[in-house]
Amino acid sequence: MSAEPTAGGPDSKGTIRVVQLYPRDMNIYGDWGNALVLRQRLTWHGYTPELLEYNVGDEFPEGVDIILGGGGQDSGQLVIQDDLQSRAGVLTDLAEDGAPMLVICGLYQLFGRFFKTRTGPVIPGIGILDVETHGTDERLIGNVKVTTDEFGEVLGYENHSGQTTLGSGVRPLGTVAKGTGNNSNDGHEGARYRNVVASYLHGSLLPKNPAIADFLIRTAAERKYGTFVPGTPDDRYSVLAREHAARRPR
Amino acid sequence: MLYFSIPLGKLVRRVSRLRGGGSALPGLVVEKIDPGFMRRTLSTLPHGVAVVSGTNGKTTTTKMVVELLESQGLKVFTNRTGSNFTRGVAAALLGEVDWRGRLKADVAVLELDEAHAVHFVNSVPPRYSLLLNVLRDQLDRFGEIDKTAQLLQHVAAKTTGTVVLNREDPRVARIAGTLTEQDVQYFGLDDSLLSTFPNDDDMRAAPGSPVPSSLPEKPPADVVLRRVGPDTADFEYDGVTVTTAMKLRGVYNIFNAAAALTLARSICGGGAATADHATLLTALSQVEPAFGRGESLTVDGQPLDLVLVKNPSGFRLGLKSFPAGGYATMIAINDNYADGRDMSWLWDVEFDSLRNGGVDQLTGSRAYDMALRLQYDEVPVGAVQPDVAPALAAFVREAKGRPKRIFCTYTAMLAIRRELSKITTVEVVS
Ligand SMILES: [Zn+2]
Repeated sequence: MSAEPTAGGPDSKGTIRVVQLYPRDMNIYGDWGNALVLRQRLTWHGYTPELLEYNVGDEFPEGVDIILGGGGQDSGQLVIQDDLQSRAGVLTDLAEDGAPMLVICGLYQLFGRFFKTRTGPVIPGIGILDVETHGTDERLIGNVKVTTDEFGEVLGYENHSGQTTLGSGVRPLGTVAKGTGNNSNDGHEGARYRNVVASYLHGSLLPKNPAIADFLIRTAAERKYGTFVPGTPDDRYSVLAREHAARRPR
Repeated sequence: MLYFSIPLGKLVRRVSRLRGGGSALPGLVVEKIDPGFMRRTLSTLPHGVAVVSGTNGKTTTTKMVVELLESQGLKVFTNRTGSNFTRGVAAALLGEVDWRGRLKADVAVLELDEAHAVHFVNSVPPRYSLLLNVLRDQLDRFGEIDKTAQLLQHVAAKTTGTVVLNREDPRVARIAGTLTEQDVQYFGLDDSLLSTFPNDDDMRAAPGSPVPSSLPEKPPADVVLRRVGPDTADFEYDGVTVTTAMKLRGVYNIFNAAAALTLARSICGGGAATADHATLLTALSQVEPAFGRGESLTVDGQPLDLVLVKNPSGFRLGLKSFPAGGYATMIAINDNYADGRDMSWLWDVEFDSLRNGGVDQLTGSRAYDMALRLQYDEVPVGAVQPDVAPALAAFVREAKGRPKRIFCTYTAMLAIRRELSKITTVEVVS
């Protein structure tokens, strides 16, 4: 665990502590971009970001405001599984208490009940999300467009062979308009539970979907300080990047 | 015995050339009607077949190996057209064999895409293989980096003679432990240069957090790159260190020169007695980058560097090897199949080094993804224009009188070269 230097000063609206889970083993597809976006947007909204990394064997940080988790390879999932089980309690308590979290791909799967790999072994999840994942031979790859109620159109890129089905304890993040999403059957992508957002989408997800980034920030600020006073981030490039990305083929 | 397929394939090749077609069709024709063509033809070579594979640097390394072997008087068959698929090799062979199907060459050196290398080595087991690296690239094609390592391991397992491995890439070096029959040789880096090769695993590790371990104890390497100067490099082999001039730029290219040297020494025989090291080094010093892999051109009397970037390590090395000071900068990012479709990789590159000078022009189908990436690294952006032709014209016009540098993905590089050929003289695609 290590702290990044933080910005802010007497005018800061407060400090928001973001913890990225297992960046060493679960950051194969640029999910670092999500951490970077939160750090900058917190600054643009007038808050002081504090970015911490949590890796296997580290002490779990106190006073966590936002949790971020990325995708990894099967080998990365095997490396972290025991450590993740040992943190199931603290992560579950945070989620139940309404802490905002974003988990992508591999950690989305492990935040569920289990991941039954294609070759047989079952990797237990920590069960924060009522979902289960089954490994397949088919790799779902390509650009994705998802229609959501909460965040409008969500854009990203999927690359997974695990297929996830949702139980009654969660609702989907949205409905796929292009691409596959959770599985090749039901047209759903991602999962929502309390303030946990789970998704298969890389890209990274947050840069082109600032509505989700700002949801995480607003929720964290309200949970910690009672109110959220937004700043005025310049989202010109985000708008244009979204327009162009939406037109790219699958 | 006369093989009917060869005259036919050669005919198709001529016709498709006349029509400006690619190299794959004639290869396909021969493969369909005479599936044993390639194996039969290549099996007659006295020094056999050498395969070069890995994520980064295949094309330039293959070119280096060819030029090194030619310096030793060998006649080399290679897949020069850049078609790095089995079919492309078959097509290239057609261009070289006589009408009886005989290949006048001593050895074949073939660049093979990781995925296609497996099919190829199953049908033509190589005598030599050179495995460069396994990096995050085109994960949308191969799925996972571990999978890519498995593909390379398969290439090694099918090799009948010598396997040359990158000692500094844990995923490649580990392959040695799976080999029983083959002779294994390594190429390596001096410890002082290791830090210029960030590997993908520690890419996002914060300062102070542990770097994943490579081999517990480094095996001795046949050739070690000891030092890189502005236009020289020091290589150590046979217990001595030699300094040679280099036309190649960028530490990663020069590291691949160590790889090429190791393979060439294996083919010609290592040690002072067999290969002629004076001519080997002269050849090495004269190698220029392969077409489309980064080159220096001249526009309006000012240098213009094209730097190919296709994965996070490559982009980071490019930024490190080509400091921004004094240069006008353009970045061109496409997301076609050959570029990789997923833009996630841009978020694993740090662009701080461009913050002072900013980036003058962005282009490509994902120009706005790049603009967004730079915004989050607080790098000032001049203009954004997804269409390459007007973007390039504006860049050349507005950066008049300044040296220029363009970082570009593969298909963006091809488009830029096409446009540049209207402005300046560039090497013509064969
Ligand atoms: Zn994924």
